[in-house]
Amino acid sequence: MALAPGDNATLFSAGAASTLRLIVYLAAAVVLMILDHRGHYLEAVRGHASLLIEPLYRLAALPADAARATRTAVASQSALAAENRELREALLLAQARLNRAGALAAQNERLQDLLEAQKSLGLSVQMASLLDIDIDPARRRIVINRGAQQGVSVGQPVIDASGIMGQVVEVLPNTAVVMLLTDPNHAIPVTIERTGLRTIAYGDKDARDLLELSNIPTSADVQVGDKLISSGLGGRFPAGFPVGEIRDVRNDDTGMFATALATPAAAISRSSEVLLLHDLPQPYGPAQPQVDASAPPGADAAPAEPAQPEPTP
Amino acid sequence: MNRLRAQSWLFAGTVLLAMLLQLMPLPAPLLQIKPYWLALVLIYWAIETPDRVGLGFAFLLGLAGDVLAGQLLGEHALRLTVLAFIVLRFRARLRFFPVWQQTLAVFALLLNDRIVVMMVRGFSGEAMPPAAFWLSPPVGAALWPFVFILLDDLRARLRGREA
Repeated sequence: MALAPGDNATLFSAGAASTLRLIVYLAAAVVLMILDHRGHYLEAVRGHASLLIEPLYRLAALPADAARATRTAVASQSALAAENRELREALLLAQARLNRAGALAAQNERLQDLLEAQKSLGLSVQMASLLDIDIDPARRRIVINRGAQQGVSVGQPVIDASGIMGQVVEVLPNTAVVMLLTDPNHAIPVTIERTGLRTIAYGDKDARDLLELSNIPTSADVQVGDKLISSGLGGRFPAGFPVGEIRDVRNDDTGMFATALATPAAAISRSSEVLLLHDLPQPYGPAQPQVDASAPPGADAAPAEPAQPEPTP
Repeated sequence: MNRLRAQSWLFAGTVLLAMLLQLMPLPAPLLQIKPYWLALVLIYWAIETPDRVGLGFAFLLGLAGDVLAGQLLGEHALRLTVLAFIVLRFRARLRFFPVWQQTLAVFALLLNDRIVVMMVRGFSGEAMPPAAFWLSPPVGAALWPFVFILLDDLRARLRGREA
């Protein structure tokens, strides 16, 4: 049996794996990491290499796409009929809701005209679908099939039918990376709808796809089932979109503050189509946490209730 | 000449496949236990053809992994360089281990890799990973015999056909 060339070199010498070379490479890696940690050069490198990266992403998404296509193709007649019926019902419901929202929007417009409100929230959105790949399980990020050439820019909020999903953090020519609300490095300013309490919802550190509200004063009134909506402070996310629902409140380890867990309103791990919001709304400035007036069409759940006056701090 | 070329294709193919598998979607509960495919493939080629796979190759492969994963530039490079160094150091022994001993060695290597990740994340001030983070090495080690036997078989076939 022929040995591969170089196989007979030496059995015991260090050969290619000399310690000196190890140290050189390790040092190079460490220097790279430090430079990147400081200066975020990786994004630039990824931008240049996007011609190579994007085909790989698409290729990696192929098996899942094919599986989905096959499933659709062989789905039985009855299943399709049932799905059709369900969709019809859902459409009807959505239509009804839309009508109601339309009436509310009309009323809203009149009231705003009366108040000479300066802002009009014409919501322009762009549809995008997910590329089914997983960049890193520890971070909650998704890749969508719209990029710089379709006018996507860093910082754009991403929503689905039932709430805010996250924001664009990186843009390649034809794809973009979205950081989800549940990413441990993500934070979004929210208001608790019932009480008007302003706080910040962080991504969950234990990768459970939840939101975490830490450092709530124990005296604050937070209950299981409270709805969280975006407060619009910070100017990145528009106000009044559903963000999540409190499912657990407890004292934290110090006993001085309460910590709450919330389930995201958006179908974070189930959506396959998302909407990119285009107009970044004007930040309100740190005034009162109002839930009313700004209810944008398109977000149905929470703002569908008639606005009720909030206790202003 | 032809044989060498076929071998090169196999080599490039496995590396590309490892990258794709690394990016491949999985059902959510399985995501955390995704094995480190790049490492498995690198270990195999480092054991079998060290003239092709040195520290430099491991470093470059790691950089490619970094660019694909969009994390800290250099993290994968560091991990794979460390891995390749250990494998090349103990290559003479690893080669002649029976498969089950090799599997244990691969498990130790992957475990060591996780510790390196912890250190890097710690230094860069990121959140510590959840407990499921430690499930990846056993899964990777359990897959090792299949990877090893499959690749060995493919190489033997190529060799047999050309001879």
